[in-house]
Amino acid sequence: MSDYLVQFNNISKFFGKVIALKDVTMRLKKGEIMCLLGDNGAGKSTLIKTLAGVHKPDEGEIIFEDNKIVFDSPKDALDIGIGTVYQDLALVPLMSVTRNFFMGREPQKGIPFLKTFDVEKANKIAADRMGQIGIDVRDPSQAVGTMSGGERQCLAISRAIYFGAKVLVLDEPTSALGVHQASMVLKYIVKAASEGLAVILITHNVHHAYPVGNSFTVLNRGKSMGTFQKKDISREKLLSMMAGGEELDKLEVELQEMDRIHNKN
Amino acid sequence: MSLKSKSISSKSSLNEDERLKKISPLRVLLNRPELGALGGSILVFIFFGIVAGDTGMFSAYGMLNFLDVSANLGIIAIAAAMLMIGGEFDLSIGSMIGFAGICIAIPAIYWGWPLWMSIVFAFAMAVLVGYFNGIMVVKTGLPSFIVTLAMLFILRGLTLAITRLITGRTQVPGLRVLIEDDPLAWLFATDTFKWLFTWLGSLKLIELRTDGTPLATGIPPSVIWFIALTLFATWILMKTRYGNWIFASGGDKVGATNVGVPVGRVKISLFIGTAVASTIFACIQVLDAGSADTMRGTLKELEAIAAAVVGGCLLTGGYGSAIGAAFGAIIFGTVSMGIFYTDVDTDWFKVFLGAMMLIAVVFNNYIRKKVTESK
Repeated sequence: MSDYLVQFNNISKFFGKVIALKDVTMRLKKGEIMCLLGDNGAGKSTLIKTLAGVHKPDEGEIIFEDNKIVFDSPKDALDIGIGTVYQDLALVPLMSVTRNFFMGREPQKGIPFLKTFDVEKANKIAADRMGQIGIDVRDPSQAVGTMSGGERQCLAISRAIYFGAKVLVLDEPTSALGVHQASMVLKYIVKAASEGLAVILITHNVHHAYPVGNSFTVLNRGKSMGTFQKKDISREKLLSMMAGGEELDKLEVELQEMDRIHNKN
Repeated sequence: MSLKSKSISSKSSLNEDERLKKISPLRVLLNRPELGALGGSILVFIFFGIVAGDTGMFSAYGMLNFLDVSANLGIIAIAAAMLMIGGEFDLSIGSMIGFAGICIAIPAIYWGWPLWMSIVFAFAMAVLVGYFNGIMVVKTGLPSFIVTLAMLFILRGLTLAITRLITGRTQVPGLRVLIEDDPLAWLFATDTFKWLFTWLGSLKLIELRTDGTPLATGIPPSVIWFIALTLFATWILMKTRYGNWIFASGGDKVGATNVGVPVGRVKISLFIGTAVASTIFACIQVLDAGSADTMRGTLKELEAIAAAVVGGCLLTGGYGSAIGAAFGAIIFGTVSMGIFYTDVDTDWFKVFLGAMMLIAVVFNNYIRKKVTESK
């Protein structure tokens, strides 16, 4: 038995001639938060879809709890416990908190063929679960549209956990949020990890990733630039790796030059 | 948007929360999709109560008259509303009514089938048409507006062409004699609660004919179907898993798919629903008139959609109610009949219909904003 809950070994994905991912390796232990960092076009979306079972990797293997796994559909990934929360969250604003929470997996009661949606039980669970993460859904039958962005994000994460996710894949959970809302979501992510989940946090925001992450994998142009433990790398180093370092250095030089000219005049 | 507010204020486990603000009954009502249609119905009744209160409109006979018209429209409006909540339209409802009519009449009159078999045949055809509409929309991703508009022409054309080919004309009469003793036709052709009307007549509480029998003889089958379908649709939407899938499919197709809702199957079944409702409508009308007409049901699809919209359904899907659509149908039915009892020229009905719909859409839009942005 290895230490790792889930391993993605040397994953590659090609679309025709385009190499979307090449030799990306990520290994997660229980309770670990790995931040997957990368600029736009680095291959983050392709990687997420590969983790979620939407794409099949062309090379490499996925090992979950020491078993080699092949996903044929997103459902396979869900069934073994890889829960993906996409950027669009899969929430319907016009529907209630409860109805969203249990969308597609409604608890039922009653006799066969006349089974009804057990709304009372669903309301109770939804309110309970949201309460646990400190979100006071005053009324679980209120529309999700009335919730803030951070609350919606937490609802989507909480739903994934409730339905058995052991590995959470979160796609840019903080990108559309303000500082306060983002910190609420990050706090929840840390809490989820402390309860034994492995979390893959995909983001391009180092400032959100650095405080919560245990390890960092940087993706650049489809390739992994390596995985680093937090103690081995600084925020600034991460940032410069993400952007492809040199570019930012160049920019800095140019800015200084502009400054110098400006001061002269 | 299920049991919403009712459950908040009454369910014990939740209302203990001191942060739960007391919501006034008015607010609760305002959040319901059917509020507009309910209020509209009340206004319409008050209006005709004043304008036509002494004209016989509100006699038993008059009331059954406008209820019958409302109920007929309601049967298709409820199915249309469910489909709209699921995020799609069906413009072929009217043509399906005509088509179902001849599917009943031609086998029964020209091929010698028993009436019940023709009725079963018509429903089978409806399932086929609905399935075809649904699978086209789901598989091609084309807007249902286009797919079902094509079906509107195809079905009406087929109805005309086949009828003229087989019968040489556009009407198929002679069904009335077949209704008696048929094991199925009574479902669509029997007035119920006759004893009630006979009894009321004997007490002289309702108008009588010159021979002493009551003018209104019973509740028409359309009204029973209408009430049953309203309850059934509401139960599905509010109380079943499938109902939740309907809201989800219409609210956000991609999101619903991502969490495992079989969006395609839901939509196909809803298209079958509108086609089947059209066939129920056709059965009732054809058996009542005793004849099928190739033009039957023309423009009914638009009235059904109008009733659903007045009933609070959003054109974008994901929101609405069957009860709302039922009240929408009652508004239209009452006005279309009530206008005969007033001095107003009946030409004005369409003006009213259009204006009502505009008001409803503006109102619905406002409500949607309220629902999603009340933070």
